[in-house]
Amino acid sequence: MDLSMYPHALAMSAKEFIEWSTNVMDDLVRATGVKKALDKVSDPLMNWGVRNSMYPLHFGIACCALEMAACSGPRFDNERLGLVFRSSPRQCDVLLVNGWVTKKLRPGLRRLYEEMPEPKWVIAMGECAISGGPWYDSYNVVQGVDEFIPVDVYIPGCPPRPEALIDGFLKLHLKIKGQGIGKFMED
Amino acid sequence: MSESTNYTVEQVKSRIAEAFPTAVKFVKKEKPRRLFMTADKGSLFELCKLLKDQLGFEHCSLVCGVDRIDRFQCVYHISSIANKIVAEIVVDLPKDKPEIDSVTPLWEGANWHERETYDMFGFIFVGHPKLERILLPEDVTFFPLRKDFQVGGI
Repeated sequence: MDLSMYPHALAMSAKEFIEWSTNVMDDLVRATGVKKALDKVSDPLMNWGVRNSMYPLHFGIACCALEMAACSGPRFDNERLGLVFRSSPRQCDVLLVNGWVTKKLRPGLRRLYEEMPEPKWVIAMGECAISGGPWYDSYNVVQGVDEFIPVDVYIPGCPPRPEALIDGFLKLHLKIKGQGIGKFMED
Repeated sequence: MSESTNYTVEQVKSRIAEAFPTAVKFVKKEKPRRLFMTADKGSLFELCKLLKDQLGFEHCSLVCGVDRIDRFQCVYHISSIANKIVAEIVVDLPKDKPEIDSVTPLWEGANWHERETYDMFGFIFVGHPKLERILLPEDVTFFPLRKDFQVGGI
């Protein structure tokens, strides 16, 4: 930290002062190793929080949505994993695509994906969402949802059972664990 | 639906035969409370008007298309809840110019049926208020339920 960058140090504007003090704090935290310690605490904590409150979008397209409904019923009860289906994309962080995506739906689904806040993940559930399934080579069905949005977890099956859906979410847990989203101070 | 009297299939048949001696032909197919006929495409609208205004057929159940390779057919199922009769009208359309009068001015419910038939077969319903694609995206140029449409050949 050199004060030569701030020749008018005694007469700073508010903006300059905020920038200067932020730099001082950052340098201080880096030099003393507090930052590393902070990340060590915040990363697992935040990660644990994100993993256990994944809110998928309540957006059923086709028959896999029935498995989704069964999964949220009392027998499989996905709320014990913190999976609460929300109806607004702005409150969600998992887009669960369950069913064939027609070409007419494609721009709408893309928009739903864009409306979700970061961090967000996409799960393709069932054959139709993965590759078009029985509608292979159809004139009106998109051949796999990964053609236009990035997919993190694929759950095969036609349709997959609720256990498979829960397993897919647990696979997503593993992925989130490795992402380090709790490290809010960049190195 | 101005008249309150109920009609039997025979009465409906005779009324139609009276009004359209040449344009409408009855198909020899017997089923209880069903009425099968073929009509010219020019007289379809007048026939539907007669059915609706005088014979109490208040509901258009179905409009769809058939591709017979040498010609198209447009099929209408007009039902009467008061008479408990369903009338089926089949209209032949030429392959090169499939145009037919819209029945949407009579039955509002035919609106989407006709749009879907346009979407799948490319029939032009003259007088339809909004003849656009309904199931397929706007920019599609083919008609997928025609026999000459090749799957995967897009």
